Amino acid sequence: MWNMKAVEHRLPRVRVGRRYRFSAAHRLHTDLLPPERNREVFGKCNNPFGHGHDYVMEVILEGEMDPATGRLVPLEMLDLFVKRVWLDQVNRRNLNLDLPEFAALVPTTENLAVVAARRLNAAWPQWFAGRSARIEKLRIWETPRNIFEVFVPAKDGQEAEPHEAVIESRHQGS
Amino acid sequence: MWITRRVDFSASHVCRRPDWTEAENAAVYGEEASPRGHGHNFVLEVTLEGEPDPVTGMVVDLKQVKSILEEEVIAPMDHRHLNHEVPPFDRVVPTTENLAIEIWRRLEPRFRGAARLRTVRLYETEDLYVEYEGR
Repeated sequence: MWNMKAVEHRLPRVRVGRRYRFSAAHRLHTDLLPPERNREVFGKCNNPFGHGHDYVMEVILEGEMDPATGRLVPLEMLDLFVKRVWLDQVNRRNLNLDLPEFAALVPTTENLAVVAARRLNAAWPQWFAGRSARIEKLRIWETPRNIFEVFVPAKDGQEAEPHEAVIESRHQGS
Repeated sequence: MWITRRVDFSASHVCRRPDWTEAENAAVYGEEASPRGHGHNFVLEVTLEGEPDPVTGMVVDLKQVKSILEEEVIAPMDHRHLNHEVPPFDRVVPTTENLAIEIWRRLEPRFRGAARLRTVRLYETEDLYVEYEGR
């Protein structure tokens, strides 16, 4: 029989990082603060008509490799999943206006990472039922200089809610 | 303390199981299953763990790391067709996952002194990498 198993006898645990891109507009503004305060906190990100970014999002999965395929999950399936659940909803969209989560939440990349993790994690079981792989974290580049990472706890499998964004590089108002 | 050394190699491969139909292979491996193979510029990041020597101030001699990577990975894999020229990929599908695991298997015995192998991270493209930590 064609030996699909990798070199080890038990199933190896691997981590897979896959990068995607989307472009979207946003404006950082909250009605909870007066206009001057918004201006102060968000700087030019508060400009009234918004602005946009070419975001890069890395989805990091972790789990036991499937011995039949030599993959953690089929990449074709992962790409389609991320496209349907996330990219199709945000690419070339206005985050403030097109995503209901941002009706009353500032679309900082911290919050964007949490929203993306929540949506992807919620849809994961329908797409990848019975597989050991889970989403471990998301990393989003707002620009090549500002990178945000959010961890998805392993507890209770796919039901778990992502932590608050853990910020590697704070938004600098640009 | 962790130290990471990055090297790259270019190799061709094809990801398909001979006992599967064309449709089964396409469903799992997509374009990677294209029968006559294709290539990548693989980038390998090898992370070692250890404490700096109090005299040299170094965790490991990087010249030695370079030559071990050369011997175990670059020489056998660079500008080769993995399926045809690099065992066990004559009988194991050379997915990024399996290749990262094989690289770990080759390197781990070479780092059992002051510096131990911590992580192998293999980029197949800049948009896809696999990490293996021997677990």
